[in-house]
Amino acid sequence: MAAELTAYDRVQLARHPKRPKAMDYIEALFTDLFIQRGDRLFGEDASILTGVALYKGRPVTVIGQCKGRDVDENVRFNFGMPQPEGYRKVERAALQAEKFNRPVICFIDTPGAYPGMEAEERGQGEAIARCMYTFSGLKVPVISVVIGEGGSGGALALGVANAVMMLENSIYAVLSPEGFASILWRDSSRNSEACDVMKLTARDLYELGVIDKVIREPEGGAQNNPAQTIRAVDIEIGRKLSSLMQKSGSVLAEERYQKFRKIGNPK
Amino acid sequence: MSSVFDIKRKKLAFMRALRRNSSVRVKSSDDADNIFITCPECKEIHAKNDLAENYYVCPTCGFHYKLGAYERIALLADEGSFREVNGKMTTVDVLEFPDYSKEVKLARKASGLNEAYVYGTCNINSYPAVVGVLDSKFIMGSMGSVVGEKVTLSIELASKYDLPLIIFSASGGARMHEGTVSLMQMAKTSAALKRFSDHGGLYISYMTNPTTGGVTASFAMLGDIHLAEPNALIGFAGPRVIEQTIGRTLPEGFQRSEFLLEHGYIDQIVKREDMRNTIAQILMLHERGQR
Repeated sequence: MAAELTAYDRVQLARHPKRPKAMDYIEALFTDLFIQRGDRLFGEDASILTGVALYKGRPVTVIGQCKGRDVDENVRFNFGMPQPEGYRKVERAALQAEKFNRPVICFIDTPGAYPGMEAEERGQGEAIARCMYTFSGLKVPVISVVIGEGGSGGALALGVANAVMMLENSIYAVLSPEGFASILWRDSSRNSEACDVMKLTARDLYELGVIDKVIREPEGGAQNNPAQTIRAVDIEIGRKLSSLMQKSGSVLAEERYQKFRKIGNPK
Repeated sequence: MSSVFDIKRKKLAFMRALRRNSSVRVKSSDDADNIFITCPECKEIHAKNDLAENYYVCPTCGFHYKLGAYERIALLADEGSFREVNGKMTTVDVLEFPDYSKEVKLARKASGLNEAYVYGTCNINSYPAVVGVLDSKFIMGSMGSVVGEKVTLSIELASKYDLPLIIFSASGGARMHEGTVSLMQMAKTSAALKRFSDHGGLYISYMTNPTTGGVTASFAMLGDIHLAEPNALIGFAGPRVIEQTIGRTLPEGFQRSEFLLEHGYIDQIVKREDMRNTIAQILMLHERGQR
């Protein structure tokens, strides 16, 4: 057995260039994908894919934050950092899922929402807030899986779900460890120390009650056996979805609400 | 037209309210620093007492000084009407974060507050409401689990009694020391606001300097009505982070209230002297709308 990985090791694995990306999961787990583009307000943001597809023969809305598998894709996907249009497209897809009574399945993988001038002009904060607001009331099952980086509000916008699962070596944090060290200690080189105190690993967050499930990865990380990783994610989504499908829309919304209502309750 | 006497009366009432409700007092002292203050904007020197009479707004250039939670409430609420709720709730060190307890202790001492968010019920020009205020003196007004919980409780209180809700934001964003638990407070408060809105509740979000990060990306941007103080910094990403990302300096006025107004994210910029009347007007206009 390999030695226990440190939080810093897991951050490196979560960012590994060969780690399976949202598109790998979507291509492997869904059929008949029909991609929907644009927020109907300003534009299209390729860093988030939204569409309708069949999952085990059942129509679902699929939403994935895309990181590139090569340089070209990385540029096209803005290195996985969405603009406000991306989040508004997500909200549109989620409302449509509710209208047509389809479950929503989200794959989270972003360093964070893009911190650019245009993003601020077009209301990055409002777009993210509106996503959480809308997701909190959806009367269909929502499942979110953090497959790599769960970077701050830009990740949480897709994370208000009935079941939030994380791959063993993925991370979910209030800020990147570098940004964290820079803000708190004015020294971004202390990022490894930041990883230790931030409690950003799947196991830490499971213990804190922030997430519902840790999905095991192959020895050494998901990149060593993408097919096995994708299979493990498939099994957990399938299992969770069939139990959520038994519940009524209002029960699903209520359970999702209560789940987040309880997090960090000091009483 | 309001007469000179009206203005005088208003100021006097304000001073009285401030004396009564304020946790921070301007002490009389020989120390010049305690009597005078230099405006960070126009560098004019003003007596602190004059400043207090002018709603902590620079009489020369109109710069809005940061206002503490209780000072804000004293300016807004009808005299003696404010009843604080859950004022004794204190910070929880959820991650057992190094030195966090120490920092909290210092913040409590320096600010005179138990946490960064103060809320309760009050009357505003006789209209009852729930008012919550973030205070940037307490660890930058950042949102950790207690702020998230108290914001949510204030929303639930407004919902329970069918009262309008007014939240004043002043925050650096999520509280780093509570990590992902802080982050989740964005989801919690946003979800509570969705319920409140579905219930028919009126929510006025009033953004003051600075409103950034996780507060902007949650309850600050989910109001039925968005107001902002002049020249307040309001944004998701901080200016320093944006400059590092794009590799150049930001133009003058970027992410300021006027910029947000121009881009469609706030309804009106309201000077501090007009805050009370503007809110009272909105409450009056929605009176019949309350269920």
